[in-house]
Amino acid sequence: MNLVVRETVLAFRRAPLLSALSVTTIAFSLFVFGLFGLVTVNVQRVMGSVAERVEVVAYLRHGTPDETVATAAADVQAFPEVESVTHVSEEAALARARRELPEFRDIFQQQEANPLPASLEIRLKPELRDARHAALVAERMRGFDFVDDVRYGSDWVAKLDHLRNIAGAVGVVVGAAFAIVAVIIIGTTIRMAVLHRGHEIAIMRLVGATDGFVRRPFLLDGLIKGLLGGALAVLLCYGAYAMVDAWLLKADFFTTGESLAGIAAGGLLGLAGSLVSIGRHLRSV
Amino acid sequence: MIKFSQVTKAYAKGAALTDVSFHVPKGEFCFLTGHSGAGKTTALKLIYISELPTSGEVRVSGFSSGRISPRDVPRLRRRLGIVFQDFRLLEDRTAEENVAFALEVTGARRSAIAPRVMRVLTQVGLVAKAHQYPRELSGGEQQRVAIARALVNEPVVLLADEPTGNLDERATRGIFQLLRDINAAGTAVLMATHDLDLVKGFPGAHLVELQHGAVAYDSSESAAEAEEPAP
Repeated sequence: MNLVVRETVLAFRRAPLLSALSVTTIAFSLFVFGLFGLVTVNVQRVMGSVAERVEVVAYLRHGTPDETVATAAADVQAFPEVESVTHVSEEAALARARRELPEFRDIFQQQEANPLPASLEIRLKPELRDARHAALVAERMRGFDFVDDVRYGSDWVAKLDHLRNIAGAVGVVVGAAFAIVAVIIIGTTIRMAVLHRGHEIAIMRLVGATDGFVRRPFLLDGLIKGLLGGALAVLLCYGAYAMVDAWLLKADFFTTGESLAGIAAGGLLGLAGSLVSIGRHLRSV
Repeated sequence: MIKFSQVTKAYAKGAALTDVSFHVPKGEFCFLTGHSGAGKTTALKLIYISELPTSGEVRVSGFSSGRISPRDVPRLRRRLGIVFQDFRLLEDRTAEENVAFALEVTGARRSAIAPRVMRVLTQVGLVAKAHQYPRELSGGEQQRVAIARALVNEPVVLLADEPTGNLDERATRGIFQLLRDINAAGTAVLMATHDLDLVKGFPGAHLVELQHGAVAYDSSESAAEAEEPAP
């Protein structure tokens, strides 16, 4: 077995309690981070499906000739924000109303003339489904003189944007805070390990070990603790998710890629913690 | 091979060495004597560059204290063997593993390690106890393990800081004889000790005596003076 690996295994065996403690602390800080990640993932997915429905509807004046509408639809289709344009004729609007609103079917039946206007339903490209771009397209639509009115639910689109921004910002801040906590915890456990093994490090130096050689087992130690902590955090998150999913509300879990990224993030945090700690503390031994 | 040129080492609370100059040639056995606090340990630390001199120069096996870079310090230490009064063995490893450790940290091939470890353990007379832990060995045996560890990298010089300080008389004699044997095989030995009986037991050896951080007596200089014709 490679010496570095053997030294690392020895480090775990020699201080099993300390090692278990640091893995658990890392796991818990990543767990809290992971819980927040789960909330973010679910909010994002819900908001994604809400954002699907962000569309601009331009109601047309009665009697606008079909050719004019077709030409305009082609123009609108060419807007950079636009994914698709659907022309809903007055008859189609009535048919849809009869289909989707059965409780008003009688009223629609009784009407001699069709009260519903024709419209152009404009879907925006997924990445541009926000208040600013919807307003931009709506403004442009008002410029057509055959357009009577434009609706895009400006209020709730703006609120959705706001919510998304807050979720993103809180996610970054809380994530950074917990990442720092994890680095400090790992740094501390590595420092304890360095002090614990000061005698051994001094002997390594006396017999001519390079700094890199002395450092490597500690870096590997931090990396492994971080990976184990990350894996434990993913398991804890899965437990929390399973409980919420079973008893509270239908939720989504991380994808496999996201889970692996979480474990890798643990490993990176562990490595960062040992790097920060070991540079300073090895010199004092 | 080891050369101190006007070396001064000052700490915040005063100078440990003042204007010290002496020379230990290749293959020599040299005693560094003096009372405790005379500066013996400081002198040894300057040789294995655990400390740097405040002024003056220490030259060791081609390295100079004035020019050595931190990267070169491990390379220098691989040419030295260092032994201490308190043995400094790893308690959770057997004698054999303690010796092998010194080779492993230098990146030696694993296949090369076992035979070399066995050879030095034979040299110090401890093959039979290769698989015992330090706590199962006597003081003299522990010091033999430490010496084996110091020898396994085939150093040009063995530095020994009061190697018999913790040993009874019989073990002391054994360790001293071992150091003489090692020297007879070609390795220079620089031994710091305050035990004048040992010094008397080896009349031909080079003797440097420190007092209050300065060289009080150097047998090689007085020999040189004796050879000069009287005016």
